[in-house]
Amino acid sequence: MSAARTPGDKLYADVSEALTGLLRDGMTIMSGGFGLCGNAEACIDAIAASGVKNLTIISNNCGNQGQGLAVLLPNRQVARVVCSFVGGNPDLAEQYLSGKVKVELCPQGTFAERIRAGGAGIAGFYTPTGVGTVVGEGKEVREIDGRKYLFEKPLRADLAIVRAAVSDRFGNLRFYRTARNFNPLMATAAKVTVVEADRVVPTGVIDPDDVHLPGVYVKRIVEVPEHRDVIEHRTTRGSGQKLTDATRTRKGRA
Amino acid sequence: MSWTREQMVRRAAAEVGPGQIVNLGIGMPTEVANYIDPAANVTLQSENGLLGMGPYPREDEIDARLINAGKETVTALPGASLFDSAQSFAMIRGGHIDLAILGGLEVACNGDLANWTVPGRLITGMGGAMDLAAGARRLVVLQNHASKDGAPKLVNRLTLPATALACVNRVITDLGIFDVGGDCFVCVARAEGVSRETIIAATGAPVLFTTATSGR
Repeated sequence: MSAARTPGDKLYADVSEALTGLLRDGMTIMSGGFGLCGNAEACIDAIAASGVKNLTIISNNCGNQGQGLAVLLPNRQVARVVCSFVGGNPDLAEQYLSGKVKVELCPQGTFAERIRAGGAGIAGFYTPTGVGTVVGEGKEVREIDGRKYLFEKPLRADLAIVRAAVSDRFGNLRFYRTARNFNPLMATAAKVTVVEADRVVPTGVIDPDDVHLPGVYVKRIVEVPEHRDVIEHRTTRGSGQKLTDATRTRKGRA
Repeated sequence: MSWTREQMVRRAAAEVGPGQIVNLGIGMPTEVANYIDPAANVTLQSENGLLGMGPYPREDEIDARLINAGKETVTALPGASLFDSAQSFAMIRGGHIDLAILGGLEVACNGDLANWTVPGRLITGMGGAMDLAAGARRLVVLQNHASKDGAPKLVNRLTLPATALACVNRVITDLGIFDVGGDCFVCVARAEGVSRETIIAATGAPVLFTTATSGR
């Protein structure tokens, strides 16, 4: 397949073709999504099926409720996770406690900015978040204009798997609602970015002003029209139900 | 009589000023939205990338890809915007959020907050709590005054791992409303029927009472 590709053609026929030659043991993978919202579901399934092991996963949650990236955990494919929140992810909690998986917890804003920095060629940044907490242990603290800041380093990956709503053939992307989250950031911070788009349109269809992420960051594109898009907490205001009744049952920020 | 959960939430809603940009934490703080005056023109931010968050959807409006930071389905109001997580936390860290109302495990009288982990308990992660605590222009904590076994949650110095230092402005508990005073808490409102003695006994730090709260 790759021998016949036209230079600059980024569109692949299916997910397994789009990931061909990219997966290997010990690699670092960034995966977009906030919980199960905005996941590159077909790419995750393909990584699980490939059996690659000893992975470092950079993802806000590493899946949830046994779904999303959490499917890689019972397979023992994950060695290390960088994330901000593990609540609602019993597989990760169990493997973390038993020492099977290393977890680096990172405040969510610091996590996002480290990825942004990784993609933007920035060697690190000073943030007020985490000063005086366990997050600051072993890190440089610098006082600037009377306030203390922690030095945080960028995050980069070998591969980013990104979910978009629309991609054109150049990889110009549009995202949908809160499925955007970490996706456009991660697309900038990996050696290879594979986009799983709900819809692929001819180049030129997306107005240049409407592009959320320029295609320069995207190496491969695959169209996946159907997604599970699991709802973690289905909350409504229907049938006279009080808002507060539903909120009491939910758990976990992020 | 101490305040009920609903009374605490209503008190917290009174902290929200007209026109403010507000982030509400998970749990009890989320319920504050129910009591904000619709005429106050308040804009809610959700750190997963939504400014202008509306109420929960009707059954026919549910969208799996429109959720809040608690991963609950929500709606977007007219004038809402959607953005990535770096933009969202730039808003938070950069001081563009007027008020955050968060849950707490412990607040110290110097303003230090602990609300993300208890040693020995299953770890969940801090999510966005550390950034919100460090970045919001004003931080109100909504929590019970004491734990179930009676241990004070308003303390002189934190015993739990910190979320952020010197960040809390005000704590609303089931016993009253307390401002952070450096080396003491300042009681600015008492729940009806709760005595000064009850508050002093339930607090792990000195408490000052204002003219309004010092009476019987």
